[in-house]
Amino acid sequence: MTAALTGQSGHFGRLADARAVAETVTDPELPMLTLADLGVLRDVRDEGGTVVVEITPTYSGCPAMGVMRADLVHALHRAGFADVDVRTVLSPAWSTDWISEAGRHKLAAGGIAPPGHAPVRTAGPVPLQLGPSRRTATCPQCGSADTEETSEFSGTACKALRRCRACLEPFEHVKEI
Amino acid sequence: MGHQETVYDALDHAHGGEGQWAFGTGFDEPLAGVDTTVPEGIDPADLGAYCLMLGDDALVLCQRLTQWVTNAPELEEEVALANCGLDLLGQARLLLARAGSVGVLCRSRALATGSIPDEDALAYFRGPDEFRSSGLVEAPNGDFGQTIVRLLAASSWRLALFTRLRDSRDPVLAAIAAKGVPELTYHRDHAARWLLRLGDGTPESHRRAQAGVDAVWPLLADLFTATDVETRLTAAGVAVDPADLRDEVRGVLATVLERATLTVPGWPVEVPSRGRAGEHGPELAALLADLQGLARKHPAATW
Repeated sequence: MTAALTGQSGHFGRLADARAVAETVTDPELPMLTLADLGVLRDVRDEGGTVVVEITPTYSGCPAMGVMRADLVHALHRAGFADVDVRTVLSPAWSTDWISEAGRHKLAAGGIAPPGHAPVRTAGPVPLQLGPSRRTATCPQCGSADTEETSEFSGTACKALRRCRACLEPFEHVKEI
Repeated sequence: MGHQETVYDALDHAHGGEGQWAFGTGFDEPLAGVDTTVPEGIDPADLGAYCLMLGDDALVLCQRLTQWVTNAPELEEEVALANCGLDLLGQARLLLARAGSVGVLCRSRALATGSIPDEDALAYFRGPDEFRSSGLVEAPNGDFGQTIVRLLAASSWRLALFTRLRDSRDPVLAAIAAKGVPELTYHRDHAARWLLRLGDGTPESHRRAQAGVDAVWPLLADLFTATDVETRLTAAGVAVDPADLRDEVRGVLATVLERATLTVPGWPVEVPSRGRAGEHGPELAALLADLQGLARKHPAATW
């Protein structure tokens, strides 16, 4: 039986340790980002000696959730936390606005254009968008803003394909959601 | 011919009960840790039946979209349709898991090993008559134009519904809907922009887009009449009466078609849904044979 992680003042450090360990776990598909950078790691807390970790999927069909869960459990076990419970939270739904500033820099450094601001969510009907995509992105290779979207969809659900008109390189863009 | 061994036979004996079930998602329960308590005043059986309808729509349309993989007109489009399918598969998993969490099981659950999650058993071991998907998603793809028209219709209907379901009294359903809204917005925009290109493109693309519209239109007939389950759940604040979606869906479709220089057919005579009652044509049986065949042949396979 593990003692409650926060039961006594001396154990606060243990919870902080658990949080620090969880924050080192990286995304399986965007390995330059931690789950914390991505905003997928929602909470790390103590419930009667069990480390409870909450994560939220980026997209409903994100196939990486199982790997994320396994990686979190593995990292925490390795750090000596025997009782770990990784839970999914669906609400509020993940938004690219939750990607941290550090995460955005890491994406750009890794050749992936970070997202701009997510569209404002309104209560009424979602307006139909019939014109070309209004999204813009700066080329992560050469820094030019003169880029165009080649496809709204890419190798993973969260990215679009773009091309730089200045250096002609294709690149991926984490699309706003 | 004697006994034919296939690579799949090895899966049956691979791990002696230790491995993961080979065909599903048992390593990743989509509602793990989510509070699935049903709020007071909501009939769990009705809630389960409703989640099954919406989950089956997503699962069947996902399967249709993935039929374009290796067949789409260009690689980017193949990836796009597969991505739309992946979003729908995620929605299906969540909804089937929600149905399973309130006790919806399939008749042939016993065929599956006990370790298979309910969502997988529901996906792989139900017969066509146990599916509650609409005729709109079940119809064959047709050509690319018809596929795009169907995607536009299906995503417009589902987006109108999910936008409203964000306020459902079932918090799990509300969260699934809220998560689906931005995804469906992408699908609808994608289909709408394609239809503009096709309708307002060459004479041939216009002709085929119009043929797609004419083929898909009759399938809208049964999407706007509430089943008894939907009527009861709407009164309980859980579901949305599909009749309330009509004006928005009709408006979206008319806007896109007119901009695409396509003719908007007359609105079909609305009828109760056969698909929601479990009555399907042979197309669904063929689709499910593809989806389920391997899992049913090797129900205990692990890897």
